[in-house]
Amino acid sequence: MSDIVIRAENLGKKYRISHETAQPYRTFRETLAKGFQRRRGSAHQEEEFWALRGVDFEIRRGDVVGVIGRNGAGKSTLLKILSRITEPTTGYVDLNGRVASLLEVGTGFHPELTGRENVYLNGSILGMRREEVRRKFDEIVSFAEVERFIDMPVKRYSSGMYMRLAFSVAAHLEPEILIVDEVLAVGDSAFQKKCLGRMEEVSAGGRTVLFVSHNLGTLLSICDKGILLDAGGCVANGNIRSVVKAYQQKAGSGEDLAPNLIGGPLKSVTFRQVWINGEKLGGSQFSPGEPIQIRVVGNAAEHLPEAVFTLSLYAEGGRLFTVEDRPMTLHQGEFSLQVEIPAGLLRPGDYSLALGARTAAELATPHDWCWGTDLASFELNEVWSANCKRDLHGMINVNARFTRENAPILERAAT
Amino acid sequence: MRIEAGRASRRYWQDLWTYRELLGFLAWRDLSVRYKQTALGVAWAVIRPAFTMLVFIAFRKLAALPPSGVPDAILVLSAVLPWQLFSTAFSEVSGCLVGNANLISKVYFPRFLVPLAAMATSVIDFMVTLAMLALVMAWFGYAPTDKVVMLPLFVVLAACLALGAGVFFAALNVQFRDFRYVVPFVVQAGLFVSPVAFTLGDVPEAWRWLVALNPVTGIIEGFRWCLLGANAPFYPLATLTSVAITLAMFALGVWYFRRTERGFADVI
Repeated sequence: MSDIVIRAENLGKKYRISHETAQPYRTFRETLAKGFQRRRGSAHQEEEFWALRGVDFEIRRGDVVGVIGRNGAGKSTLLKILSRITEPTTGYVDLNGRVASLLEVGTGFHPELTGRENVYLNGSILGMRREEVRRKFDEIVSFAEVERFIDMPVKRYSSGMYMRLAFSVAAHLEPEILIVDEVLAVGDSAFQKKCLGRMEEVSAGGRTVLFVSHNLGTLLSICDKGILLDAGGCVANGNIRSVVKAYQQKAGSGEDLAPNLIGGPLKSVTFRQVWINGEKLGGSQFSPGEPIQIRVVGNAAEHLPEAVFTLSLYAEGGRLFTVEDRPMTLHQGEFSLQVEIPAGLLRPGDYSLALGARTAAELATPHDWCWGTDLASFELNEVWSANCKRDLHGMINVNARFTRENAPILERAAT
Repeated sequence: MRIEAGRASRRYWQDLWTYRELLGFLAWRDLSVRYKQTALGVAWAVIRPAFTMLVFIAFRKLAALPPSGVPDAILVLSAVLPWQLFSTAFSEVSGCLVGNANLISKVYFPRFLVPLAAMATSVIDFMVTLAMLALVMAWFGYAPTDKVVMLPLFVVLAACLALGAGVFFAALNVQFRDFRYVVPFVVQAGLFVSPVAFTLGDVPEAWRWLVALNPVTGIIEGFRWCLLGANAPFYPLATLTSVAITLAMFALGVWYFRRTERGFADVI
């Protein structure tokens, strides 16, 4: 008896793209008309699209596997097949254990029902027994921090409360195989931390987890294996570090940043390329002893009198810092920015970069903005002395010293 | 467990049983949401058939149909009940898959749970109206005979017809949204060709076979036969066509549903 819990062989999924209608479904008339056309031998306008093709992999019990790939690489299709929502066109998957899949937070939540009712309903939809939900109910509610509102219809919840409650139900599932699709992007950063902690607990309990995320820091911190998908095929498979590296190299080989990586109402500013120490999109290793030069090349579609750029650095899923430029006049056309992170500030580890821009000096004045995370990444390798390990001493190296005073004075409360 | 093309779980019906708790939750959700934020609440389950009844009593008076030996209220209500059971169950079930699209595209469970759960609200509404009929009959001092024990059979027949036709249209609706317009039309037209305001006995004998082709006719006349005793004759032909069409519709519906079910998540 092997301990392989998921085994995929030649997995493929074909979709048909119809070029005639915007809707994914057909109307009856179209089908009738099409059948008629076909009989008369005219060409029909359908195209085949393989969302997934020839994918093989094996996952062992207790593995925490990160699934990486660009938008449209087939990640969601893979998860949908594994969770039995859709059937593969070719190949098969052998699953060995109870599967719970979380493709969305709060599936089946009904706005008219109260928090309490939704916990039971959602738990049942995710495959929990009523008894199990009852047992964990208090834990779920306190994890979500909504105790006071639990008997209120969820349509009156704030969106944060709603998401926290929904995630909390899911976080208390105890399947043998857990499939998670980017649902950690909910709530404020404190809640995200809590969720990551919960994921780590789950995997420490020996369960198998399949996890899709674009956040490389998160993947590196909780996964030990990785699968890299590209254009429907599995191009790398193995240790998470090597897979992330392969992904970054692939991303780095592309010419420009994909425009869909950056969101927000401000469309006139686009970031085209990011260079880190002279290398496009980074992905490389640098020494902590050298300064990190970040160069951003972009384009402004119009004249912006008061533009402010921001740059943030992330590590292990958390934001280390954000630096903000002075307001400046941005002329229409290309622009190039340079930021330097001083040598010796960051400790060894992986870092990823976020960029943003806004159109007003003060946050309080109405403005447009745009923002994108994980635009580039780099790694600082461990060449320093032993006392600079990140997991022992924190992320940032601050040059501050203790001085010893000669006459220690303790303040006492007046008697 | 193996996931493969064309390999629907062999233990499908067994799975349905394993997921019975979810069925309960889905039904309970539909029920508890149904009358939320309405001032009259469950009273609506009574008000609607009551008004339908009044309209048809008025119709009988205006059309000067021959008296049947039964108070008009009872005669009409005993037909409104099965009609409403069929029509609400049929429309709920046929829209249920599209209405639960978010569930279907995000979670796995045997899809047949959804139409089963959708039946719940109409069955509960039916129970309420049945109590109402009992009250009306008590008011008129009209006691049913011992044939009333056969009533559950006709209830089951109505439910099976609604479920069979419903799942067929529900599955079609996933792929062709046209059927969203067909269903209300069928229900609306059905009310006029079913013997709700009239009885099969009011129809000239030469035309009765035509009215009996409607599967609901047999069910309605069956209800009357169970409840009204000697005043409602038994129509074997109408009952037989009802049973035959129900069986055929049920088989067709379940077969088509099971055949297309695997692709629901891709096209919904």
